Amino acid sequence: MRVNRLAVAAAAILTATLATACSGGSEEPSVPAASQSAAPAGPVNLTYWTWVPNMDKIVAVWNQAHPDIQVTVSKQAGGDDAAAKFLTAAKAGNPPDLVQAEYQMLPSFVAADAVADLKAETAQVKGEFSEGVWGLVTLGTDAVYAVPQDSGPMMLYYRKDLFEKYGIAVPKTWDEYAEAARTVHKKDPKVFLGTFSSKDPGWFAGLSQQAGAQWWSISGDAWKVAVNDEATKKVASYWGGLVKEGVIDGMPYFTPEWNKALNDGKLLTWPSAVWGPGVLSANAPKGKDKWAVAPLPQWNAGENYSGFWGGSSTAVAAKSPSKAAAAQFATWLNTDPEALGLLIKEGAIYPASAKGAALMTEAPGYFSSQPDFWQQAASIGATARGFTFGPNVNVTYNAYKDAFDKAVAATSDFAAAVQTMQDATVADMQKSGFTLAQ
Amino acid sequence: MAAAALPGTRGHARPSPRRPVGIVPTAVLVLGAIYTLFPVSWVVVAATKSKAELFSTSTFAPGTGLLSNLADLFAYRDGVFWLWLLNTALYAGGGAVLSTAVSTISGYALAKYSFPGRNLIFNLLIGGILVPSVVLAIPQYLLFSKAGLADTYWSVLLPQILHPYSIYLARIYAQAAIPASLLEAGRLDGAGEWRLFRRVALPLLTPGMVTIFLFQFVAIWNNFLLPFIMLGDDHKFPLTVGLYTLLAAGANQPSLYNLIITGTMLSLIPLIALFLTMQRYWRTDLSGGAVKS
Repeated sequence: MRVNRLAVAAAAILTATLATACSGGSEEPSVPAASQSAAPAGPVNLTYWTWVPNMDKIVAVWNQAHPDIQVTVSKQAGGDDAAAKFLTAAKAGNPPDLVQAEYQMLPSFVAADAVADLKAETAQVKGEFSEGVWGLVTLGTDAVYAVPQDSGPMMLYYRKDLFEKYGIAVPKTWDEYAEAARTVHKKDPKVFLGTFSSKDPGWFAGLSQQAGAQWWSISGDAWKVAVNDEATKKVASYWGGLVKEGVIDGMPYFTPEWNKALNDGKLLTWPSAVWGPGVLSANAPKGKDKWAVAPLPQWNAGENYSGFWGGSSTAVAAKSPSKAAAAQFATWLNTDPEALGLLIKEGAIYPASAKGAALMTEAPGYFSSQPDFWQQAASIGATARGFTFGPNVNVTYNAYKDAFDKAVAATSDFAAAVQTMQDATVADMQKSGFTLAQ
Repeated sequence: MAAAALPGTRGHARPSPRRPVGIVPTAVLVLGAIYTLFPVSWVVVAATKSKAELFSTSTFAPGTGLLSNLADLFAYRDGVFWLWLLNTALYAGGGAVLSTAVSTISGYALAKYSFPGRNLIFNLLIGGILVPSVVLAIPQYLLFSKAGLADTYWSVLLPQILHPYSIYLARIYAQAAIPASLLEAGRLDGAGEWRLFRRVALPLLTPGMVTIFLFQFVAIWNNFLLPFIMLGDDHKFPLTVGLYTLLAAGANQPSLYNLIITGTMLSLIPLIALFLTMQRYWRTDLSGGAVKS
């Protein structure tokens, strides 16, 4: 009896599985077939991999206005995994038509021939973006590999109330920042001015950009790798010295303990990017109205530079059967005023286009005590300088995590960790067959 | 749970002359139980905390946000959580049933029939156990892409049906549980091979099948890499991959920790329910094994 009941249940599940799987399977081939034959008649169907929140709502607006080009959003996990997944899919021959590409990952997509050149389709919108941002999608070539979506100029977030409590002024230079770190830590050994994160290579890259680093450059057919240039070593040694002194903490960002330190007022600053408010309001709700922003401290008094941390673009897969339609959507999404408004409101991003940045007027709720938040951000953003990313940023970034993890734990020489990054990057590029300039 | 059962057995009227020996296994089991239950209890407690409480209150202090966490989770992208749960149930339930069916029939055939190549097949299977499925995920993805099956339900179901370890288990179990004389008697009475399998072998194999089913169900329920690689359409995601999209929301978006933790807690419930309802088959299995050895 028991066996029979079990068998019946098993058979039922089995049938259900087969039925669903079959229907799933038979549905699938019809989609590409439809989009291939769609050029003359019927709507073009595009798939779009992204991790911007509420992108499906933004796309719904487009779909309504463009019955002939229907976009389906597939929300993915963000970051490095998304890039690896896209590259695998492109290699296997079934990538999505559109993909969100972080600026530092775009060169690896280009090197794998996974994304299409959109030069002709984007000629009209080039003027909407600052030169620094546009360089991130052209990689310094004549081609255009994506349409910029959001950008992350860096600035200094600091606890206004605690700065007053410990009697320190907003540091204008990194020397002043170091001095302030010593002061704060002397007054309360449990409190740090900031922390050096060995888990966030993008953050370190931004700080190096501010100092004038050029990790990669292209000369003719050859790549030049200079992760260990003077500017980068200067940044690394500066933070290494402070960590060794014990006045800057070594805990990584975005971890539960970091959240706790922010909530408890044990961390007074965060050199971060323009998207910081979203992270702070979610992870440190107790700090509402207590934070303020200022430009990053400078290396030389009187200078005015910043770097970029994060930001992404919309790229079109080289294997997409409807590239023109995809490019049309990508430009609409990132330059149309209605789309930009939705990206700001629903997606909580800082648009890369100048028109979009101008739409940001009301300060984020978390910073309601600083009504000129976006004006500050815009003027800081104008001073940000980036650099060309190479085709194997993931290798460099992993080397950063490994080398700096050890360097922070052992409080050893940070400049040596930079050398490790350089060596790993060069070795990987040689192995992959890139020509390197000496 | 195991730890709680042991003192109970000792509490029986049966006198136990070797009492000190019992303490060691009990202590080991208690340690094991703490080791496995500690993270689970953390998940349960953390799921009750609101966003503000999660990183500010003490670790095991219950919070006040359970209901709002649940409401937020169910409202997230119009209730996509339920779709992911349904997908997971489909992958785990369907995959485990299919895998059990395939494993049982192959294990039975390998145990009870001698045919040329039997040992070769079995040795290949043993070799298959040694290959971690993680290594196979990307080649499988490329294969499925060629076949036009990537990003379908099949792409997650099919690779998990053939599971060498389950076949091995089924063979071992069939060898021990089905006496050759029983099959011989059936043959003399004129039963065909299929009838023998259905009427004689299958009832004897049930406890082993339940074991395989549970193993596979849990393995597929928790599988991350295969669906992560195979699936692009977020409406086909299982819970593991779906919740991961909440965690890795991109550098400039905060991770939705409280929703992830609440989702994780909810995803444990079906597994616990399954184990509780399947327990009586486990017991048959254990006692069956005890008599035979």
